[in-house]
Amino acid sequence: MIALLGRDLALAVRAGGGFGLGLAFFLIVTVLVPFGVGPEPRLLASIAPGILWLGALLACLLSLDRILALDWEDGTLDLMATAPLPMEALVSVKALAHWLTTGLPLVLAAPAMGVLLSLPAPGYLWLTLGLALGTPALSVIGTFGAALTVGLKRGGLLLSLLVLPLYVPTLIFGAEVARRGAVGLDVATPLAMLAGITCGTIALLPFASAAVLKVNLR
Amino acid sequence: MLRVEDLCVARGGVPVLEGLGFSLAPGEALVLRGPNGSGKTTLLRTLAGLQPPGSGRVEMAPDSAAYAGHADGLKATLTVAENLTFWARIFGRRDIAAALEGFELEPLADRPAGALSAGQKRRLGLARLLVTGRRLWLLDEPTVSLDTGHVATFARTLRAHLAAGGAAVIATHIELGLEARVLDVAPYKARPVEEPEGYAESFL
Repeated sequence: MIALLGRDLALAVRAGGGFGLGLAFFLIVTVLVPFGVGPEPRLLASIAPGILWLGALLACLLSLDRILALDWEDGTLDLMATAPLPMEALVSVKALAHWLTTGLPLVLAAPAMGVLLSLPAPGYLWLTLGLALGTPALSVIGTFGAALTVGLKRGGLLLSLLVLPLYVPTLIFGAEVARRGAVGLDVATPLAMLAGITCGTIALLPFASAAVLKVNLR
Repeated sequence: MLRVEDLCVARGGVPVLEGLGFSLAPGEALVLRGPNGSGKTTLLRTLAGLQPPGSGRVEMAPDSAAYAGHADGLKATLTVAENLTFWARIFGRRDIAAALEGFELEPLADRPAGALSAGQKRRLGLARLLVTGRRLWLLDEPTVSLDTGHVATFARTLRAHLAAGGAAVIATHIELGLEARVLDVAPYKARPVEEPEGYAESFL
């Protein structure tokens, strides 16, 4: 498993690996928003939590089709299926590698993006915490979508359509954490819900992903 | 080592081969022959466990087979040594020196796999078999894009594998100089499925 994780991380940072693409996309989206809605700090501050979460979610979506499609194309998935590593472990490691290369940079960059959108001071901690708790769910759900669409030519758009509705709960509670945190309200309930969604997806979805992947490899 | 009884394999839900039965002892090789599209790849994928058999049984020790298909599972941006090391570690092993040597890949060890020629990539794909440590090799057209010299190298490696108590099922059209049984899959071609009288699919 460590070999697979190491290989995926090495592939991500080499030429054409796509590391940083999601981060750059997140940066550009956040920079574009003030151009679109105007530089009014009060307006920006009120929409900042939602925009930041939406940006992180779309940035995450951008790299989902690479999770399994590349390994399917060059035959690695067939060979992995005959290897001693169970499919459940394979998809879990794939999701972890995706989170490390896409989700984690977003979490770390989010406070800087908050400045651009005049996020109120108390919101930074909760925004970062919320993203740290919520983005793993995005990667795990995305891996499930990637397993469903692996083998389809131009499956990227279908993948987005399948995965975006599943992202709704994470988006609602994640943005709620940041919004409540920014105005100084209690965040315990949405934070617990967010953590619960993430734990639930991590516990259950790898089994579903492995099952559909086995069907798709036939 | 491998026992197949009354096996039926299907591709896309349509039976391709049926009534297959053979067994393979350690040290033996079986060469699959048959025209294009006759189901050799489907049979090998079924034996490898990538798809369930339509009916019949495949018996072998768990985790004993290594499959090598048309795609070699190489990453273009990783070097030859990194690619092999990855597969060795996936199969719980470390040593790749013997595999590099077996397919004359040492001079290329630090070259990215994307910069290799088709034949060199195929040699790397075959070297992967050596690092898996598996005893039963399921090979689908292993000599595609190899030159005659390296076909001989491959045949030598295969003989060494068999002599060491391994076994192999090989779909190939060329003569490898092995003392192997040949199984022509053409007679096992599945009969077309007859649709029941009065059943109109167009109705659906």
